[in-house]
Amino acid sequence: MTTTPTTLTDPQAQALLLKLTVLADDEIILAHRDGEWTGHAPILEEDIALANIAQDELGHAGLYLSLAQTLGGSDPDQVAFWRGPDDYRNTRLVELPKGDWAFTMVRQFLYDTSEALWLEAATRSTYASLAEIAAKAVREEKFHVQHTALWVERLALGTPESERRTQAALTELWPHAAQLFQPVEGEAELTASGILPDLNAVHARWTDLITWHLVDKCGLTLPDAPTTQPGRDTHTEHLAPLLEEMQSVARQHPDAEVW
Amino acid sequence: MAEGGRQKAERPAPSAISIQPSAVWDALASVPDPEIPVVSITDMGMVRDVTVGDAGGVTVTFTPTFSGCPALHVIRDSIEQAVRDLGVTDVEVKSTLTPPWTTDWIGDDARERLRQYGIAPPAPTGEGQLIQLDVEPTRCPRCGSLNVRMTASFGPTLCKRMYVCDSCREPFEGFKSV
Repeated sequence: MTTTPTTLTDPQAQALLLKLTVLADDEIILAHRDGEWTGHAPILEEDIALANIAQDELGHAGLYLSLAQTLGGSDPDQVAFWRGPDDYRNTRLVELPKGDWAFTMVRQFLYDTSEALWLEAATRSTYASLAEIAAKAVREEKFHVQHTALWVERLALGTPESERRTQAALTELWPHAAQLFQPVEGEAELTASGILPDLNAVHARWTDLITWHLVDKCGLTLPDAPTTQPGRDTHTEHLAPLLEEMQSVARQHPDAEVW
Repeated sequence: MAEGGRQKAERPAPSAISIQPSAVWDALASVPDPEIPVVSITDMGMVRDVTVGDAGGVTVTFTPTFSGCPALHVIRDSIEQAVRDLGVTDVEVKSTLTPPWTTDWIGDDARERLRQYGIAPPAPTGEGQLIQLDVEPTRCPRCGSLNVRMTASFGPTLCKRMYVCDSCREPFEGFKSV
Protein backbone atom coordinates (compact mmCIF):
# COMPACT_ATOMS: atom_id res chain seq x y z
CA MET A 1 0.00 0.00 0.00
CA THR A 2 1.24 3.47 -0.78
CA THR A 3 1.20 6.22 1.80
CA THR A 4 0.68 9.80 0.66
CA PRO A 5 0.63 13.06 2.59
CA THR A 6 -3.16 12.89 2.73
CA THR A 7 -3.28 9.41 4.23
CA LEU A 8 -0.81 10.19 7.02
CA THR A 9 -2.30 10.68 10.46
CA ASP A 10 -1.28 13.85 12.24
CA PRO A 11 1.09 12.07 14.68
CA GLN A 12 2.64 10.21 11.72
CA ALA A 13 3.19 13.47 9.85
CA GLN A 14 4.81 15.06 12.92
CA ALA A 15 7.11 12.09 13.47
CA LEU A 16 8.09 12.01 9.79
CA LEU A 17 8.76 15.74 9.83
CA LEU A 18 11.08 15.24 12.81
CA LYS A 19 12.85 12.33 11.13
CA LEU A 20 13.44 14.32 7.95
CA THR A 21 14.85 17.19 10.03
CA VAL A 22 17.17 14.80 11.85
CA LEU A 23 18.42 13.33 8.58
CA ALA A 24 18.93 16.75 7.00
CA ASP A 25 20.72 18.13 10.06
CA ASP A 26 23.33 15.36 9.97
CA GLU A 27 23.93 16.04 6.27
CA ILE A 28 24.23 19.81 6.69
CA ILE A 29 26.64 19.69 9.62
CA LEU A 30 28.84 16.98 8.10
CA ALA A 31 28.91 18.88 4.79
CA HIS A 32 30.19 21.93 6.64
CA ARG A 33 32.97 19.92 8.30
CA ASP A 34 33.90 18.44 4.91
CA GLY A 35 33.91 21.91 3.40
CA GLU A 36 36.45 23.01 6.01
CA TRP A 37 39.02 20.92 4.14
CA THR A 38 38.73 23.09 1.05
CA GLY A 39 42.24 24.38 0.49
CA HIS A 40 43.63 22.23 3.31
CA ALA A 41 43.34 18.60 2.21
CA PRO A 42 46.58 16.55 1.85
CA ILE A 43 46.39 16.64 -1.95
CA LEU A 44 44.38 18.65 -4.47
CA GLU A 45 42.34 15.63 -5.56
CA GLU A 46 41.12 15.12 -2.00
CA ASP A 47 40.31 18.77 -1.65
CA ILE A 48 38.04 18.34 -4.65
CA ALA A 49 36.66 15.00 -3.46
CA LEU A 50 35.52 16.40 -0.14
CA ALA A 51 33.97 19.42 -1.83
CA ASN A 52 32.08 16.99 -4.10
CA ILE A 53 30.96 14.91 -1.14
CA ALA A 54 29.85 18.01 0.74
CA GLN A 55 27.82 19.09 -2.30
CA ASP A 56 26.09 15.72 -2.47
CA GLU A 57 25.29 15.76 1.25
CA LEU A 58 23.83 19.26 0.94
CA GLY A 59 21.82 18.08 -2.05
CA HIS A 60 20.40 15.25 0.07
CA ALA A 61 19.59 17.69 2.88
CA GLY A 62 17.75 19.83 0.32
CA LEU A 63 15.67 16.83 -0.75
CA TYR A 64 14.78 15.93 2.85
CA LEU A 65 13.89 19.51 3.72
CA SER A 66 11.76 19.99 0.61
CA LEU A 67 9.83 16.89 1.61
CA ALA A 68 9.56 18.23 5.17
CA GLN A 69 8.17 21.46 3.76
CA THR A 70 5.30 19.55 2.16
CA LEU A 71 4.47 18.18 5.62
CA GLY A 72 4.25 21.66 7.12
CA GLY A 73 7.93 22.31 7.76
CA SER A 74 9.56 25.67 7.11
CA ASP A 75 11.37 26.82 4.02
CA PRO A 76 14.61 24.76 3.68
CA ASP A 77 16.84 27.85 3.79
CA GLN A 78 15.06 29.00 6.93
CA VAL A 79 15.65 25.62 8.58
CA ALA A 80 19.34 25.53 7.66
CA PHE A 81 20.34 29.13 8.32
CA TRP A 82 18.05 30.43 11.04
CA ARG A 83 18.05 27.75 13.71
CA GLY A 84 20.51 27.79 16.60
CA PRO A 85 22.32 24.88 18.30
CA ASP A 86 19.36 24.23 20.62
CA ASP A 87 17.15 23.44 17.64
CA TYR A 88 19.58 21.41 15.54
CA ARG A 89 19.08 17.64 15.86
CA ASN A 90 22.33 16.35 14.34
CA THR A 91 24.44 13.67 16.02
CA ARG A 92 27.58 14.53 17.93
CA LEU A 93 29.48 12.38 15.44
CA VAL A 94 29.12 14.93 12.67
CA GLU A 95 29.68 18.10 14.68
CA LEU A 96 33.08 17.19 16.18
CA PRO A 97 35.91 19.36 14.76
CA LYS A 98 37.42 18.07 11.55
CA GLY A 99 40.56 16.69 13.20
CA ASP A 100 43.28 15.13 11.08
CA TRP A 101 42.81 13.32 7.78
CA ALA A 102 42.36 9.91 9.43
CA PHE A 103 39.67 11.35 11.70
CA THR A 104 37.88 12.85 8.71
CA MET A 105 37.99 9.65 6.67
CA VAL A 106 36.95 7.34 9.54
CA ARG A 107 34.04 9.62 10.40
CA GLN A 108 32.98 9.82 6.78
CA PHE A 109 33.22 6.03 6.45
CA LEU A 110 31.07 5.39 9.53
CA TYR A 111 28.55 7.94 8.32
CA ASP A 112 28.53 7.04 4.61
CA THR A 113 27.96 3.35 5.27
CA SER A 114 25.07 4.08 7.62
CA GLU A 115 23.56 6.54 5.16
CA ALA A 116 23.93 4.19 2.19
CA LEU A 117 22.35 1.26 4.03
CA TRP A 118 19.52 3.41 5.39
CA LEU A 119 18.81 4.90 1.96
CA GLU A 120 18.88 1.49 0.34
CA ALA A 121 16.24 0.30 2.83
CA ALA A 122 14.26 3.53 2.40
CA THR A 123 13.84 2.89 -1.34
CA ARG A 124 11.19 0.38 -0.21
CA SER A 125 9.27 2.96 1.84
CA THR A 126 5.51 2.98 1.32
CA TYR A 127 5.77 6.76 1.37
CA ALA A 128 6.36 7.35 -2.32
CA SER A 129 8.16 10.70 -2.07
CA LEU A 130 10.63 9.30 0.46
CA ALA A 131 11.23 6.21 -1.67
CA GLU A 132 11.96 8.49 -4.66
CA ILE A 133 14.45 10.59 -2.72
CA ALA A 134 16.18 7.48 -1.40
CA ALA A 135 16.47 5.97 -4.87
CA LYS A 136 18.10 9.18 -6.06
CA ALA A 137 20.45 9.71 -3.13
CA VAL A 138 21.66 6.12 -2.77
CA ARG A 139 23.19 6.25 -6.26
CA GLU A 140 25.33 9.17 -5.15
CA GLU A 141 26.15 7.76 -1.75
CA LYS A 142 27.73 4.61 -3.15
CA PHE A 143 30.56 6.75 -4.52
CA HIS A 144 31.20 8.16 -1.06
CA VAL A 145 31.33 4.68 0.44
CA GLN A 146 33.79 3.45 -2.20
CA HIS A 147 35.98 6.46 -1.70
CA THR A 148 36.16 6.56 2.07
CA ALA A 149 36.38 2.76 2.46
CA LEU A 150 39.50 2.85 0.31
CA TRP A 151 41.02 5.71 2.27
CA VAL A 152 40.42 4.00 5.62
CA GLU A 153 42.08 0.86 4.26
CA ARG A 154 45.02 2.81 2.88
CA LEU A 155 45.55 4.63 6.18
CA ALA A 156 45.04 1.60 8.42
CA LEU A 157 47.43 -0.55 6.40
CA GLY A 158 49.86 2.27 5.64
CA THR A 159 52.63 3.37 7.96
CA PRO A 160 52.73 2.80 11.74
CA GLU A 161 51.88 6.49 12.14
CA SER A 162 48.87 6.37 9.81
CA GLU A 163 47.69 3.19 11.51
CA ARG A 164 48.04 4.80 14.93
CA ARG A 165 46.05 7.84 13.83
CA THR A 166 43.33 5.74 12.20
CA GLN A 167 42.89 3.63 15.33
CA ALA A 168 42.87 6.77 17.49
CA ALA A 169 40.17 8.27 15.28
CA LEU A 170 38.05 5.13 15.49
CA THR A 171 38.44 5.01 19.26
CA GLU A 172 37.33 8.63 19.59
CA LEU A 173 34.46 8.43 17.10
CA TRP A 174 33.05 5.05 18.07
CA PRO A 175 31.07 6.16 21.15
CA HIS A 176 29.22 8.67 18.97
CA ALA A 177 28.47 6.44 16.00
CA ALA A 178 25.63 4.53 17.67
CA GLN A 179 23.71 7.79 17.90
CA LEU A 180 23.08 7.51 14.16
CA PHE A 181 20.71 4.66 14.97
CA GLN A 182 18.76 6.42 17.69
CA PRO A 183 15.07 6.52 16.70
CA VAL A 184 13.10 9.75 16.84
CA GLU A 185 9.88 10.00 18.79
CA GLY A 186 7.15 8.10 16.97
CA GLU A 187 9.60 6.33 14.65
CA ALA A 188 8.48 2.82 15.69
CA GLU A 189 4.98 3.57 14.46
CA LEU A 190 6.28 4.82 11.11
CA THR A 191 8.40 1.69 10.76
CA ALA A 192 5.41 -0.53 11.53
CA SER A 193 3.50 1.29 8.79
CA GLY A 194 6.27 0.66 6.29
CA ILE A 195 7.01 4.38 5.94
CA LEU A 196 10.47 4.24 7.48
CA PRO A 197 13.08 1.46 7.34
CA ASP A 198 13.55 -0.76 10.38
CA LEU A 199 16.40 1.07 12.11
CA ASN A 200 17.47 -2.01 14.08
CA ALA A 201 17.82 -4.02 10.90
CA VAL A 202 19.85 -1.23 9.28
CA HIS A 203 22.01 -1.03 12.41
CA ALA A 204 22.69 -4.78 12.27
CA ARG A 205 23.66 -4.64 8.58
CA TRP A 206 25.88 -1.63 9.27
CA THR A 207 27.64 -3.41 12.16
CA ASP A 208 28.35 -6.42 9.92
CA LEU A 209 29.64 -4.28 7.08
CA ILE A 210 31.92 -2.02 9.09
CA THR A 211 33.23 -4.89 11.22
CA TRP A 212 34.17 -6.74 8.06
CA HIS A 213 35.95 -3.71 6.65
CA LEU A 214 37.52 -2.14 9.74
CA VAL A 215 38.43 -5.30 11.69
CA ASP A 216 38.81 -8.11 9.15
CA LYS A 217 40.24 -6.12 6.27
CA CYS A 218 41.99 -3.18 7.94
CA GLY A 219 43.08 -4.84 11.21
CA LEU A 220 41.61 -2.13 13.42
CA THR A 221 40.04 -2.74 16.82
CA LEU A 222 36.48 -1.72 17.57
CA PRO A 223 36.19 -0.21 21.04
CA ASP A 224 33.43 -1.37 23.39
CA ALA A 225 30.05 0.00 22.49
CA PRO A 226 28.76 2.72 24.79
CA THR A 227 25.98 1.67 27.12
CA THR A 228 24.08 4.95 26.99
CA GLN A 229 23.66 7.71 24.44
CA PRO A 230 22.79 11.35 24.88
CA GLY A 231 19.77 12.50 22.88
CA ARG A 232 20.06 14.39 19.63
CA ASP A 233 19.01 17.54 21.47
CA THR A 234 22.27 17.73 23.41
CA HIS A 235 25.38 18.94 21.66
CA THR A 236 29.06 19.41 22.29
CA GLU A 237 30.52 22.91 22.59
CA HIS A 238 31.62 22.60 18.95
CA LEU A 239 28.22 23.05 17.29
CA ALA A 240 27.61 26.69 18.23
CA PRO A 241 30.78 28.08 16.59
CA LEU A 242 30.16 25.90 13.52
CA LEU A 243 26.67 27.34 13.08
CA GLU A 244 27.94 30.85 13.74
CA GLU A 245 30.32 30.53 10.81
CA MET A 246 27.94 28.60 8.54
CA GLN A 247 25.07 31.04 9.06
CA SER A 248 27.05 34.28 9.14
CA VAL A 249 26.37 35.30 5.53
CA ALA A 250 22.67 34.52 5.71
CA ARG A 251 22.34 36.44 8.95
CA GLN A 252 24.21 39.45 7.61
CA HIS A 253 22.04 39.50 4.48
CA PRO A 254 18.62 38.26 5.59
CA ASP A 255 16.92 39.69 2.51
CA ALA A 256 19.15 37.94 -0.01
CA GLU A 257 17.37 35.34 -2.11
CA VAL A 258 20.44 33.21 -2.74
CA TRP A 259 23.67 33.07 -0.77
CA MET B 1 13.58 29.43 -2.66
CA ALA B 2 12.99 31.86 -5.46
CA GLU B 3 12.80 29.26 -8.18
CA GLY B 4 9.75 27.34 -9.39
CA GLY B 5 6.33 28.91 -9.49
CA ARG B 6 4.12 29.24 -12.50
CA GLN B 7 4.87 32.22 -14.68
CA LYS B 8 1.63 33.88 -15.67
CA ALA B 9 1.24 35.35 -19.10
CA GLU B 10 0.57 39.06 -19.08
CA ARG B 11 -1.00 38.91 -22.50
CA PRO B 12 -1.78 35.96 -24.76
CA ALA B 13 0.94 35.19 -27.26
CA PRO B 14 -0.52 34.73 -30.73
CA SER B 15 2.02 32.14 -31.76
CA ALA B 16 1.55 30.10 -28.58
CA ILE B 17 -1.69 28.57 -29.81
CA SER B 18 -0.01 26.60 -32.56
CA ILE B 19 3.13 25.43 -30.73
CA GLN B 20 3.78 21.71 -31.06
CA PRO B 21 5.52 19.61 -28.40
CA SER B 22 8.03 18.54 -31.06
CA ALA B 23 9.04 22.20 -31.57
CA VAL B 24 9.67 22.51 -27.83
CA TRP B 25 11.73 19.31 -27.86
CA ASP B 26 13.75 20.69 -30.77
CA ALA B 27 14.38 23.93 -28.89
CA LEU B 28 15.46 22.06 -25.77
CA ALA B 29 17.81 19.91 -27.85
CA SER B 30 19.90 23.04 -28.40
CA VAL B 31 20.21 23.86 -24.68
CA PRO B 32 23.73 22.80 -23.68
CA ASP B 33 24.56 21.13 -20.40
CA PRO B 34 26.15 24.05 -18.50
CA GLU B 35 29.09 21.96 -17.35
CA ILE B 36 29.64 19.87 -20.51
CA PRO B 37 28.72 22.12 -23.43
CA VAL B 38 29.20 19.48 -26.14
CA VAL B 39 26.05 17.70 -25.04
CA SER B 40 22.55 19.10 -24.66
CA ILE B 41 20.13 18.56 -21.82
CA THR B 42 18.06 16.27 -24.06
CA ASP B 43 21.19 14.27 -25.02
CA MET B 44 21.67 13.74 -21.29
CA GLY B 45 18.12 12.45 -20.88
CA MET B 46 17.30 15.24 -18.42
CA VAL B 47 14.10 16.34 -20.16
CA ARG B 48 11.41 13.83 -19.25
CA ASP B 49 8.22 15.35 -20.57
CA VAL B 50 6.84 18.25 -22.57
CA THR B 51 3.14 19.08 -22.58
CA VAL B 52 1.24 21.87 -24.28
CA GLY B 53 -2.00 22.93 -22.60
CA ASP B 54 -5.20 23.92 -24.39
CA ALA B 55 -4.41 27.61 -23.87
CA GLY B 56 -0.91 27.19 -25.28
CA GLY B 57 0.94 27.04 -21.94
CA VAL B 58 4.00 24.77 -21.97
CA THR B 59 5.06 22.53 -19.11
CA VAL B 60 8.52 20.98 -19.19
CA THR B 61 9.43 18.28 -16.68
CA PHE B 62 13.10 17.62 -16.11
CA THR B 63 15.07 15.41 -13.77
CA PRO B 64 18.29 16.49 -12.05
CA THR B 65 21.42 14.47 -12.76
CA PHE B 66 22.93 14.83 -9.28
CA SER B 67 20.84 16.17 -6.40
CA GLY B 68 23.59 18.55 -5.31
CA CYS B 69 24.46 19.73 -8.82
CA PRO B 70 25.11 23.48 -8.58
CA ALA B 71 24.05 23.95 -12.22
CA LEU B 72 20.43 22.97 -11.54
CA HIS B 73 19.09 26.51 -11.35
CA VAL B 74 21.00 27.42 -14.53
CA ILE B 75 19.40 24.46 -16.32
CA ARG B 76 15.97 25.40 -15.05
CA ASP B 77 16.38 29.00 -16.24
CA SER B 78 17.78 27.86 -19.60
CA ILE B 79 14.78 25.59 -20.20
CA GLU B 80 12.39 28.41 -19.43
CA GLN B 81 14.25 30.83 -21.69
CA ALA B 82 14.44 28.34 -24.57
CA VAL B 83 10.67 27.90 -24.49
CA ARG B 84 10.07 31.66 -24.17
CA ASP B 85 12.26 32.19 -27.23
CA LEU B 86 9.64 30.22 -29.18
CA GLY B 87 7.16 32.95 -28.33
CA VAL B 88 5.49 31.08 -25.49
CA THR B 89 4.73 33.31 -22.51
CA ASP B 90 3.15 30.72 -20.21
CA VAL B 91 5.99 28.38 -19.23
CA GLU B 92 6.21 26.04 -16.28
CA VAL B 93 9.35 24.07 -15.46
CA LYS B 94 8.82 21.18 -13.08
CA SER B 95 11.35 18.72 -11.70
CA THR B 96 10.85 15.05 -10.93
CA LEU B 97 13.01 12.44 -9.22
CA THR B 98 11.17 9.46 -10.62
CA PRO B 99 12.56 7.51 -12.31
CA PRO B 100 15.98 8.55 -11.01
CA TRP B 101 18.35 9.79 -13.68
CA THR B 102 20.85 7.29 -15.01
CA THR B 103 23.77 7.62 -17.39
CA ASP B 104 22.20 4.75 -19.35
CA TRP B 105 19.92 7.40 -20.88
CA ILE B 106 22.79 9.19 -22.60
CA GLY B 107 22.43 8.51 -26.33
CA ASP B 108 25.09 6.89 -28.53
CA ASP B 109 25.90 10.03 -30.52
CA ALA B 110 26.22 12.03 -27.31
CA ARG B 111 28.61 9.39 -25.94
CA GLU B 112 30.72 9.80 -29.06
CA ARG B 113 30.73 13.60 -28.65
CA LEU B 114 31.79 13.19 -25.02
CA ARG B 115 34.65 10.93 -26.12
CA GLN B 116 35.81 13.40 -28.78
CA TYR B 117 35.68 16.15 -26.18
CA GLY B 118 38.08 14.07 -24.04
CA ILE B 119 35.63 12.65 -21.52
CA ALA B 120 35.36 8.86 -21.31
CA PRO B 121 31.64 8.07 -21.62
CA PRO B 122 29.96 6.14 -18.78
CA ALA B 123 29.87 2.35 -18.77
CA PRO B 124 26.49 0.59 -18.41
CA THR B 125 25.36 0.88 -14.80
CA GLY B 126 24.68 -2.79 -14.10
CA GLU B 127 21.87 -2.00 -11.67
CA GLY B 128 21.34 -3.91 -8.50
CA GLN B 129 24.54 -3.79 -6.51
CA LEU B 130 24.70 -1.24 -3.75
CA ILE B 131 28.30 -1.49 -2.77
CA GLN B 132 30.68 -2.20 -5.61
CA LEU B 133 34.25 -1.71 -4.56
CA ASP B 134 35.41 -2.47 -8.09
CA VAL B 135 35.20 0.40 -10.53
CA GLU B 136 33.76 -0.22 -13.99
CA PRO B 137 36.28 -0.60 -16.88
CA THR B 138 37.07 2.68 -18.60
CA ARG B 139 38.65 3.31 -21.99
CA CYS B 140 41.02 6.19 -22.72
CA PRO B 141 39.02 8.61 -24.90
CA ARG B 142 42.19 9.52 -26.81
CA CYS B 143 43.82 6.19 -27.73
CA GLY B 144 41.11 3.68 -26.75
CA SER B 145 43.32 1.74 -24.36
CA LEU B 146 41.86 0.02 -21.31
CA ASN B 147 45.25 0.35 -19.61
CA VAL B 148 44.12 3.29 -17.48
CA ARG B 149 44.35 4.26 -13.83
CA MET B 150 41.82 6.25 -11.85
CA THR B 151 43.71 9.05 -10.11
CA ALA B 152 40.76 10.65 -8.32
CA SER B 153 37.28 9.27 -7.74
CA PHE B 154 35.83 12.77 -7.70
CA GLY B 155 36.52 15.21 -10.51
CA PRO B 156 35.90 18.88 -11.25
CA THR B 157 32.16 18.22 -11.36
CA LEU B 158 29.95 15.75 -9.46
CA CYS B 159 29.52 13.59 -12.55
CA LYS B 160 33.19 12.95 -13.38
CA ARG B 161 36.30 11.13 -12.19
CA MET B 162 39.95 11.64 -13.09
CA TYR B 163 42.10 9.09 -14.90
CA VAL B 164 45.52 8.70 -16.47
CA CYS B 165 46.10 6.49 -19.50
CA ASP B 166 49.18 4.31 -19.07
CA SER B 167 49.36 3.70 -22.83
CA CYS B 168 49.36 7.25 -24.21
CA ARG B 169 50.22 8.95 -20.89
CA GLU B 170 47.39 11.46 -21.15
CA PRO B 171 45.26 12.40 -18.15
CA PHE B 172 41.53 12.48 -18.85
CA GLU B 173 38.11 12.79 -17.24
CA GLY B 174 35.64 9.91 -17.14
CA PHE B 175 31.90 10.14 -16.72
CA LYS B 176 30.69 8.24 -13.66
CA SER B 177 28.33 5.40 -14.33
CA VAL B 178 25.24 6.30 -12.32
